[in-house]
Amino acid sequence: MEIVVCAKRVPDTSENEIELNTAGNEIERGELVYTINEPDNYAVEEALQIVAKIGGSVTVATIGGEDDEEVLRREMAMGANHGVLITDERFSGSDGRGIATILKAFIQKGRYDLILTGVQAEAGGAQIGGMLAALLDYPFASLVNSIEVLDGRRLKISREIEGGNKEMNEIDLPCVLSIQTGINEPRYVGMRGIRQVASVPIQTFSAVDLGIGAGTAGAAAAKVKRVDYFVPSLGKGAEILHGSREEIIDKVLELVTAKGGLK
Amino acid sequence: MARIFAYIAHKDGVASDAAFELAAVARKIDPAAAPTAILTGWGPNLDAACKNLGASYAETWKIANEVLSYPNAELVRKALQKVLPSNSIVLVAHEHFGIDLAPGLSVKMGSAFVSDVLDIAGVEGTGIKLVRQEFGGQVSAHVQCDVSSGAVFTIRPGAFRATESTAGRSLVVDKSGEVGSLAAGRRYLETVVAEAGDVDITKYNVLVSIGRGIQEKDNVAIALELADAMGAAVSCSRPVVDAKWMEKSRQVGSSGKTVKPKVYLACGISGAFQHLAGIKGNPFLIAINKNPKAPIFQVADVGIVDDILEFLPELTNKVREMRSTPAK
Repeated sequence: MEIVVCAKRVPDTSENEIELNTAGNEIERGELVYTINEPDNYAVEEALQIVAKIGGSVTVATIGGEDDEEVLRREMAMGANHGVLITDERFSGSDGRGIATILKAFIQKGRYDLILTGVQAEAGGAQIGGMLAALLDYPFASLVNSIEVLDGRRLKISREIEGGNKEMNEIDLPCVLSIQTGINEPRYVGMRGIRQVASVPIQTFSAVDLGIGAGTAGAAAAKVKRVDYFVPSLGKGAEILHGSREEIIDKVLELVTAKGGLK
Repeated sequence: MARIFAYIAHKDGVASDAAFELAAVARKIDPAAAPTAILTGWGPNLDAACKNLGASYAETWKIANEVLSYPNAELVRKALQKVLPSNSIVLVAHEHFGIDLAPGLSVKMGSAFVSDVLDIAGVEGTGIKLVRQEFGGQVSAHVQCDVSSGAVFTIRPGAFRATESTAGRSLVVDKSGEVGSLAAGRRYLETVVAEAGDVDITKYNVLVSIGRGIQEKDNVAIALELADAMGAAVSCSRPVVDAKWMEKSRQVGSSGKTVKPKVYLACGISGAFQHLAGIKGNPFLIAINKNPKAPIFQVADVGIVDDILEFLPELTNKVREMRSTPAK
């Protein structure tokens, strides 16, 4: 099975506190630690497991600049066969539809049976997979948390729905699936593994290579634009307890007892 | 302003609560809106659901088709494409079905798409300014959307106050005839109900709930000891289940269990909305997190900025001391 995984490099929210710049219109990006978007990493692992069982290859593609290559190297160190960097200044300012349009053009350059994305990235859009499928006229399923290959033409998949229940579906290939975290246990990647793939060539595609004009991607084509960031004032917020840890613990126990939590 | 539609999910003949929230969104976009509800399905359950929307919608469009008995997003999308006028604004709840349906629908309608909308900040001509969140709720963002060729918005459940108008009735219009035959590359097989776990977290008055801040599997014992001392149970957020540190049956959230304890100790939990959606009954919420910017502090009653790996063991010791000393 020929599989392509669409991946993105994002600030690692488990390592960073996201703060606004002094103007308040952007987040402070200087000190951020970046990593692969977590669901995308699960998607790559799932692709590798499918290929280990039935053969084929895994291509990881990302849209971005030079810095985003590190995500491709990381996933190649996991075992992905090919890394692809789709890069062009014209792509900046693209909205979700623009990103999906660029990915569609790239995917149509090859012959892929299965296209995976992470369920969402740092902006929480959860949109690229569904848009890409609609542009390609392929079947789509979101929030996928298990995949079983039935034969060369169909998969049996489950989707995560409410209450931890699973919605089982059969889906025709080629298709697009957006992968939920927890579907597998992604393998560990060490610095040594990343060094080993450091000189493996990465294929690049530009807007011209993909035949993408300013009318279909980039800022000029975007119907959706982020104007600014801000910190919301949601109600009163928590009363933050101050003092020594011992004092705080006494206060917590007093409160828990008062609320009927300790007898 | 363009005509506004809301796709309404329903179950067992009852429309989703989101129906009334989506009606509120429509009126916030356009106070003069006469929004239209769209329901798809089959049989008496569909008919019943169409009738219980009261006057929240001016019209209710019913699309009955046997293949829509179970809501398959691809089939629903194809049905909607047949009936929706061009340049419509379509509202859908941001849950598992909306995530399946809405992005592809926007592509097929040639319209703009914004997901997980929390508020409408302003409308000017064919531009709508919306409020979203990024980075798991750590920051909010204003997004400007050009709706001149229509738009699809998914709306976060609970973000808008429902405007339920039980007086009067919405006019039910049967659109089934406009849809024709439908086929999809994806077929629904069955729903597998989540397994019950060893501990039923919905039965406890106090939950010690752990998140990514617990850092590794061996540290789960710290929370189990505190829960044991308090007579509580340990629950968790999604990353703990993803990492296989606890069973799925311990997860609180929209894709896990819904709990109604008296006291909820959120330990190293950032506070993503999917997690908060599983906490009902307005418990006393104590949040412990070493990140002072964690969104959980926006909703907690009491917050403690500390490392749970140090704080929890000391709390456990104090609880044990307290419980071994008879009350005066």
